[in-house]
Amino acid sequence: MPSGSALLQYAISGLTTGAVYALVALGYNLVYNATRVVNFAQGDFLSLGGLIMYSLLAAAGLPLVPALLLALAGAALAGAAVERLCLRPAKSREIMVLIFITVAASILLRGGMKHLWGKQALALPPWSHEVPLKVAGAAFTPQNLWVVGVTLLAILALSLFFGRTTVGKAMRAMAANPRAAALMGIDTRGLATLSFALAGGLGALAGVLITPITSLSYDVGLLMGLKGFAAAVLGGYGCFVGAVAGGLGLGLMESLGAGLLSSAYKDVIAFVVLLAVLFLRPQGLFGSKEGQR
Amino acid sequence: MHFRYGLAHALEDVSLTVAPGEVTSLLGMNGAGKTTLLNILSGLLKPASGQVLLDGAPAPKGAAARVRAGVVQAPEGRQVFAPLTVRENLEMGAYLRLRAGQRAAVAEDLEHMLALFPALRERLGQEAGKLSGGEQQMLAMARALMARPRYLLLDEPSLGLSPKMAAEIFKVVRGLPASGCGVLLVEQNALGALAVSSRGYILTNGRIRFSGAPADIACDPLLREAFLGPDQGAKP
Ligand SMILES: Nc1ncnc2c1ncn2[C@@H]1O[C@H](COP(=O)(O)OP(=O)(O)OP(=O)(O)O)[C@@H](O)[C@H]1O
Ligand SMILES: [Mg+2]
Repeated sequence: MPSGSALLQYAISGLTTGAVYALVALGYNLVYNATRVVNFAQGDFLSLGGLIMYSLLAAAGLPLVPALLLALAGAALAGAAVERLCLRPAKSREIMVLIFITVAASILLRGGMKHLWGKQALALPPWSHEVPLKVAGAAFTPQNLWVVGVTLLAILALSLFFGRTTVGKAMRAMAANPRAAALMGIDTRGLATLSFALAGGLGALAGVLITPITSLSYDVGLLMGLKGFAAAVLGGYGCFVGAVAGGLGLGLMESLGAGLLSSAYKDVIAFVVLLAVLFLRPQGLFGSKEGQR
Repeated sequence: MHFRYGLAHALEDVSLTVAPGEVTSLLGMNGAGKTTLLNILSGLLKPASGQVLLDGAPAPKGAAARVRAGVVQAPEGRQVFAPLTVRENLEMGAYLRLRAGQRAAVAEDLEHMLALFPALRERLGQEAGKLSGGEQQMLAMARALMARPRYLLLDEPSLGLSPKMAAEIFKVVRGLPASGCGVLLVEQNALGALAVSSRGYILTNGRIRFSGAPADIACDPLLREAFLGPDQGAKP
């Protein structure tokens, strides 16, 4: 039986990666709700955010906050570009075709990042000092706090956006009934672009938060993106609360599984969960039967 | 004007006028092309030939531009935003005006809508998908009116409603011209629609077969029989 402090330790690291999965899952959901497209470039926004941040801090010598904001803006721009330059010009409106276009966009983005930043692993410094903190025998770094705290802030900001602002409500309206939304004068194409930009920003936020803990390279987003996808499916694809619950749940399962069984299983757990959900409850924990949000 | 879905002619040689401050009804059976015509007027579909004129000039292109110009549709089957609250649905009707910063005017109009449809007041915070069919129809109309239309296009507002609820909807439609709003009322409930309109058109198989005063349509047994369906003739 593992000690209480070990369990606490697993929980802390699980919540940290879980928060990042939640951010990635929210990005998937934003795009899906606005366009019905599963965006396979979502994970690449994570790498891109981390890489831009790396260059701005290391090469340009910018302070943390401006570098952070520019990294988010850069990835948001990349997200908007994926929609405007790759999806919108497509002759077909078939969802399957559009999904394959996002796969192509992902390969392009990865190629571009490999070209610009190289293949080697880079190190993004943590946001503040590295002295570990101790609570009840469990050790964690300030970066763990940053990840969880900033993720909570981002979730709060998103829920205010969707609940209080006219544009946020319009995005929900469009998700529920795109035709009726167009009849109200809602610019559904513009909002589709905006959803990709927001997804890019969320992915980048995940990247700048987690890569100081893990590592940074042009393809870190690949695995993170797939796990974020698993988290979105677990919570109920397209569901806002589900993305948060699915992300945190998956993060916890991973770290408890790795801690209690063997760390060899860590990466397998996400995919076992993904398959289990698809077999047993395809609508996810919080989704309703017809795939409604 | 003409319209085709692929090779099939949905509308042929259709010409129709909606006057401001009047209710014009457009009648016809299933598949006649009524919804297609409304969607052309709303800018969702482009006519294969012909054009939509607004105040004598070509109407601006695109759905949002039509709404901005005052042409607003309450679509067939209500199409309320089910997971949004009633209040949010009403706000979405005024989307362009809210984006233009007209908060105070929109809040005022929301009050007007609640006065016009009192049943919506106690439902403001509820999800629109949980409303009854009649309430959803009221919401769909109120949502469209929130855009302050100069021309309101109503697609079968009485469909699936109890006679009592339908009568209530028609009563509201009758009152709309007083505020200067022109209404194009698409209906299969011909008698109910004609009773509130000052002009009527009959559309069959994509062509206008008749236009004129409601009394002429309602009183002509041949027209009733041929174009409105035999069931319509049964009622006085
Ligand atoms: N998207 C579409 N693609 C192909 N054909 C269509 C499409 N929409 C409608 N049609 C066809 O065009 C014709 C006119 O349809 P429309 O929906 O305008 O009729 P309607 O008068 O509104 O009928 P209803 O009373 O059932 O609402 C019908 O024959 C219909 O089958
Ligand atoms: Mg119709």
